[in-house]
Amino acid sequence: MVNPQMVMYEEEFNQIQTVVDRLVKDANARVVFIVDKNGQLIAAGGDSENVDTTSLASLTAGNIAATGGMAKLLKEQEFATQFHEGEKANIHIQLVGNRVILVVIFDAKSSLGLVRLRVKKASEELNGVFEKLLKKVQEPGADSPFAEITDEDIDNLFND
Amino acid sequence: MAFINKAAREINCKIVYYGPGLCGKTTNLQYIFERATPESKGKMISLATETDRTLFFDFLPLSLGEVGGMKTRFHLYTVPGQVFYDASRKLILKGADAVIFVADSQEARHDANIESLDNLRTNMQETGLDPDATPFILQYNKRDLPDVESVDDLNAALNPRGVPSIEAVARTGVGVFETLKLTAKVLMTDLRKKMGSPT
Repeated sequence: MVNPQMVMYEEEFNQIQTVVDRLVKDANARVVFIVDKNGQLIAAGGDSENVDTTSLASLTAGNIAATGGMAKLLKEQEFATQFHEGEKANIHIQLVGNRVILVVIFDAKSSLGLVRLRVKKASEELNGVFEKLLKKVQEPGADSPFAEITDEDIDNLFND
Repeated sequence: MAFINKAAREINCKIVYYGPGLCGKTTNLQYIFERATPESKGKMISLATETDRTLFFDFLPLSLGEVGGMKTRFHLYTVPGQVFYDASRKLILKGADAVIFVADSQEARHDANIESLDNLRTNMQETGLDPDATPFILQYNKRDLPDVESVDDLNAALNPRGVPSIEAVARTGVGVFETLKLTAKVLMTDLRKKMGSPT
C-alpha cells in the first residue's frame, strides 16, 4: 500500500495519552496535543476543554506544511521546531519522526527551556509508539475496522 | 490519508475542494457552515486576504453521523484558486481522501477550468495521490448564470474519467449538500476497499 491509512488502536492510544498527560505535568504546560501532518487531532491533554483543539490542529498542520515548503526551497530537510511567543500564551511546535506534530501551549508558569527539555524526551517516547503502530497497521491480517461496515451503512450515512 | 481511531471509534477523513479562482469553493463551505446543525459542525476558519480571496485555505470540520458504530468526521478544506498560489495548493492537497472539483460553468471560464484541472492532476501526482484512483467528484457551479456551457460540453471537457457530476448554485445552496453527500459515500466505499474489507 503506497499510502497506508493511519489506524489507532486502544493500546497505543493509551500509551500516547500517558505521554501527553505526563508532558503536561513535567513541562508545566496549559495544553498539550498531538496532530498528524494532515491536521487530524490524535490526542490532547491539560486544559484542552477551553481551547478549540480541532481548529488549532488544522492550523498547526498548515503551519508545519508551509514551513516544510520553505525548508524544501532552502534545501533543508525540515524545520522540526517552531516557537511562537505571545504576551500571555506561547506555543511550542515539534515535528516528531516526520510523522506527527507535538504541540505544547504554556504560559508564564513555565519556560521555553523547560518545555524544550521535556518535549525532547516525550518525542523519543512518542516516536517509539508510532513506529510500533505503523508496523502493526501494515501487518498482514490486521483486522480491518471496516469489516463490519456494509454498503447499506454507507448509504444510510447522511440520510437525515 | 484517513485517520481511523479504534480507541475512540472514529473515522476522520479529509475532503479538498479544488477549482479555478472565484469558482465558488469557499461559497460551498460557507453554505455548509450556515446550514449544518450546531452539534455537527466546528468552527470555520478562513485564511483569506483583505479582499476575501482565499490566501492559504478554508477549513470546516463536520460530523456526518455513524457507520457501523464508528463516528465519521470530515475535514473540509478549500485551496486558493488563483494561479500564483500553487505552492499552497499542493500543501493542502496532501493526504486528501477525496477531491471535489468545482468548475465554473460560464463559457468565459472554460479555459480556467481546464487549466485548474490540469494543475490538479499535476499536483496530485506530486503529492503522491493517484489522479485516476482517488475518489473524485465534479460540481458544475453557477448554473443560474447566463452564458453557461451545457453539462454535456462540460463533461466532454472536464470529465474523461466519467466520475459523478452535480449541477449547483453554491450561492443559494443548490447542489451543495448533494455534492458533499455523494463525495462522503464514494470516499467511504473507497476507504473500505483500501482497508481490505471482506465484502
